[in-house]
Amino acid sequence: MASSLPPRTAGPPRIAVVDYGAGNLMSIEHALTRVGASVVVARDAAGLDEVDAIVVPGVGAAGPAMARLERRGLVPPIRAWIASDRAFLGICLGLQLLFDGSDEDGATTLGIVPGRTSHLEHAPTLPHIGWNQIMRTREHPLFDGIDDGADMYFVHSLAGSPADGADDVVLARTEHGRPFVSAIARGRLLGVQFHPERSGTDGLRLLANFVAMVGVGVPASAEASAAADGMART
Amino acid sequence: MLLRRVIPCLDVADGRVVKGTRFVDLVDEGDPPELAERYAHEGADELVFLDISAAPERRGTLLDIVERTARRAFVPLTVGGGVRSVEEMQDLLRAGADKVSLNTAAVADPGLIARCAARFGSQAVVVAIDARQRPDATRPEASSGAQFGAREVVVKGGRERTGLDAVAWAERAVELGAGELLVTSIDRDGTGAGFDTELLRSITGRVSVPVIASGGAAGPADFVAAIRVGGADAVLAASIFHRRIHSIAAVKAAMAAAGLPVRAVPELAA
Repeated sequence: MASSLPPRTAGPPRIAVVDYGAGNLMSIEHALTRVGASVVVARDAAGLDEVDAIVVPGVGAAGPAMARLERRGLVPPIRAWIASDRAFLGICLGLQLLFDGSDEDGATTLGIVPGRTSHLEHAPTLPHIGWNQIMRTREHPLFDGIDDGADMYFVHSLAGSPADGADDVVLARTEHGRPFVSAIARGRLLGVQFHPERSGTDGLRLLANFVAMVGVGVPASAEASAAADGMART
Repeated sequence: MLLRRVIPCLDVADGRVVKGTRFVDLVDEGDPPELAERYAHEGADELVFLDISAAPERRGTLLDIVERTARRAFVPLTVGGGVRSVEEMQDLLRAGADKVSLNTAAVADPGLIARCAARFGSQAVVVAIDARQRPDATRPEASSGAQFGAREVVVKGGRERTGLDAVAWAERAVELGAGELLVTSIDRDGTGAGFDTELLRSITGRVSVPVIASGGAAGPADFVAAIRVGGADAVLAASIFHRRIHSIAAVKAAMAAAGLPVRAVPELAA
């Protein structure tokens, strides 16, 4: 058990894609594999052992998704993982679950980022399906090599809004009826409302950037991750 | 701003892409995943596979195609054709489809739309509506109320009439949980006579979910009309892309020139 700055492992970073019965895992598995990660599918807490990062994908309603995460014993390990600032990427519903709750079905979600998930009011069409631009609010290694205003693929009807005072997590916004938060970051906790695994070349680049950040941290969180990281390396 | 999508449709039979007017004169056009990847590189915003094979063992073949496509084409994939149950939809999603389209089975059992939407979310459920001009639609009693009643839903690839009004069925499908509609004019399909913008307008004026126009594309101007006149959010075509009559880039250039927001065709990857 090493406790040091996350070392560059000999092999590719190991990334657990969490399978909790909320949609298509195949495309995110293939996309992460394409950009050089070693992907394992995690269906329970044991699946999170000895990985370098967690990706929570998912589409659909928050309530049933939380129930399935809880049933599989995944909520406590995911909370602990994020609390120790290990690399985490939530995609679509996987981002929405990070907030306190969802207006869709009143579900209480993980409460890791203060704020709520709410409907996209005034949208000309719903669900919001298709390619739309992500407008950055700040620079971040996740966007290396990707133009500001790049098109990404969205499929959703709700979006999370950080509470007042928690706005500093916002990385990018997108507009459909109203502006909504399309990417967040806090240390090595990352979330995107769009589907990078379905967003062509720029989406793959974003995932490659995430894989590159796994195990090396970002400058602001290097100390925290060094203190927290006690994973066995193979 | 949400961009207008251009979607190539690949008709798939027994593991191969086929071309020709649907169901007749099928010509082998190649390996679906290979063609899917090519279209993704050429700027397709999404892909649709429509399984038109009749063989009983077709399901396994289709799942294999979807799985191989998900490995190499990193754009959204909708799969349809003969899907009859929540279980079949689940298998397709697990294989790598993002959305599944329901057609004949949903007409026979509208509750299927609700069951699939409850299980996978509306965003994964596309209802495909094949519509045909009613032969008696010009009679006053059949055409009362603008276009209402002018188009009838047909199933089984257009071979069977249902008596359902296309607009009423579209509204019902959305109420039941369809997250998107794929509206095909069977009159125009394969004719190159342009999209049925009247049909599209009558549906897009009544539903808030995205509508994909299909059937009749001959040239880039038709795509513009489907959006400008028909109100469609996305446009789908098969033969003009397969036969390389027009490239996706050319269609998008025409759309952009008409002031429609489109995604730039990415640099061709090596």
